[in-house]
Amino acid sequence: MAAIEISGLSKDYSLGFWRKRPFRALDRLSLKVERGEVFGFLGPNGAGKTTTLKLLTGLIFPTEGTATILGHPVGEPETFLRVGYLPENPYFYDYLTPQELLDYFAQFFPLSAEERQRRRDAVLDQVGLAEFRHRPLRKFSKGMLQRVGIAQAILHEPEIVLLDEPMSGLDPVGRHEVRELILQLKAAGKTVFFSTHILSDAEALCDRVAILNRGKLVGVGQLSESLQRQAACEAVLECASPEALSRLQPLAAKPPLVSGGQCRIEIPEKNIPQFLALCQSDGLRLISLNPVRLSLEDYFVEVLRGSDSERPASPSP
Amino acid sequence: MRSRQTLAIVLNTFREAVRDRVLYNLIAFALILIASALLFGQISIGIQKTILLNVGLSAISIFGLLIAIFLGIGLVYKEMDKRSLYALLSKPIRRRQFIIGKFLGLNFTLLVNTALMSVGLWAALYYLMRRFEPQDLSVWVAIYFILLELSLVTALCLFFSCFATPVLSAVFTFMAYVIGNFAADIRAFGELTENNLLKGLTTVLYYLLPNFSDFNVSAWVSHGKPVAAEVVLLNTLYALCYDAILVAAAVWIFSRKDLK
Repeated sequence: MAAIEISGLSKDYSLGFWRKRPFRALDRLSLKVERGEVFGFLGPNGAGKTTTLKLLTGLIFPTEGTATILGHPVGEPETFLRVGYLPENPYFYDYLTPQELLDYFAQFFPLSAEERQRRRDAVLDQVGLAEFRHRPLRKFSKGMLQRVGIAQAILHEPEIVLLDEPMSGLDPVGRHEVRELILQLKAAGKTVFFSTHILSDAEALCDRVAILNRGKLVGVGQLSESLQRQAACEAVLECASPEALSRLQPLAAKPPLVSGGQCRIEIPEKNIPQFLALCQSDGLRLISLNPVRLSLEDYFVEVLRGSDSERPASPSP
Repeated sequence: MRSRQTLAIVLNTFREAVRDRVLYNLIAFALILIASALLFGQISIGIQKTILLNVGLSAISIFGLLIAIFLGIGLVYKEMDKRSLYALLSKPIRRRQFIIGKFLGLNFTLLVNTALMSVGLWAALYYLMRRFEPQDLSVWVAIYFILLELSLVTALCLFFSCFATPVLSAVFTFMAYVIGNFAADIRAFGELTENNLLKGLTTVLYYLLPNFSDFNVSAWVSHGKPVAAEVVLLNTLYALCYDAILVAAAVWIFSRKDLK
């Protein structure tokens, strides 16, 4: 059984006050997240990431399609016994302290008083807020509130953790800690489904990612595969003559770069056999030939551009 | 399990209210007004007690109304606006538990506030009379009716706050309160008119809006008159039925609402 299974999920909103116009925030999304995966949900602003997470938590209702978590329909209270959720830019009752907030939320789970207390103390330690447990939340910074949000999401030791922009508002140390936390959850066998704008986090943490653009799924798969598939190889040669370079140039993806007695040249994978043959026939000395991975940013922009060019012009919200 | 969850929401609603400084200001004003009724009593001959009870019960009612509206209009809207609901509703609870918990939580807050103000009234009464009389017990009935009235106001606020902004909820609730206090007069006016449309409209208003004037027995008890048990029973049933209908309507609206 998949951890999360989404099938043809769409969400329409009405925009405008007098003349209502329909706007499709999510368009027939189908996706499967396996148990134990760290799954990244990427996309630009307004792509539909938060809409998807809200649909998965039953905060909004789908226009069409279905979604299940661990085989149960989303929105059923029983499902939330096994799911934790961090909303985007979380806000909590500012008249409470973190300890009071976690005590309050813990009462919604079938746990004994001792167990509630044990878990509360454990998560406060885990997110580094133990020493601030009695400070009112109104005095917390955005980053500290984010940690409180993560604490309440993992309080009941859920099997699936849904995180909406978990790194948002965190300083580099905070981001590092959240990364560590996600890795700890993965090590404990939990499924983590998180949306993010920060591509390096996705690259560092995710087993698989999905890319969403204007409500549509435009790519899904393993990051390493996706980046490798788009790749070329970088060859380093001992400085060749201008004639030899001019013969190599048609095979290269970019103009060769000559410096320090060496020539660096990027060759698309399909041209590599020809390139090697030419090196041999011209007697060029090849120092190294290594695959060049696209940066995730490059890949992301490429996928989004591809999806935009395929899409017929549609009214924007 | 479900009742424990709802109780947690009730207690958190109460905690939110007691940590709000505005609440204490309103209670302090009410107590000052009750104390000042002793002074009004001294300049009126022979009716000190009547003045004290009239002013005291009116203060409890008016400040209770202010607290109910002030807290009630934000019950649901504030949680939606600030998005504190998102984390709460992703716990294993049903939306109806949230609405019922909020309703009971505010009623519990009003009960405690009214009890505090009532203690002030009874202290003032004792200071004035140096003893209690058997007919003073009907003051408790008047206080009980104020609580029933406040529960109706809370239910109205809760209902409106499921779909309107706090300002609009306050306006709607206040209008319903004012019209509801004149419900009997409106119906009598409708019976005098020849216009069938106006007659129908006043009849609909009479039955649709809560009849708040039925709960106002302050003048009656301040003159030492008892309230019939039948009135107590009927008012209780009326308030409970009305509360149930409004809370059910709020649950129905909120359960279908997209929390954007």
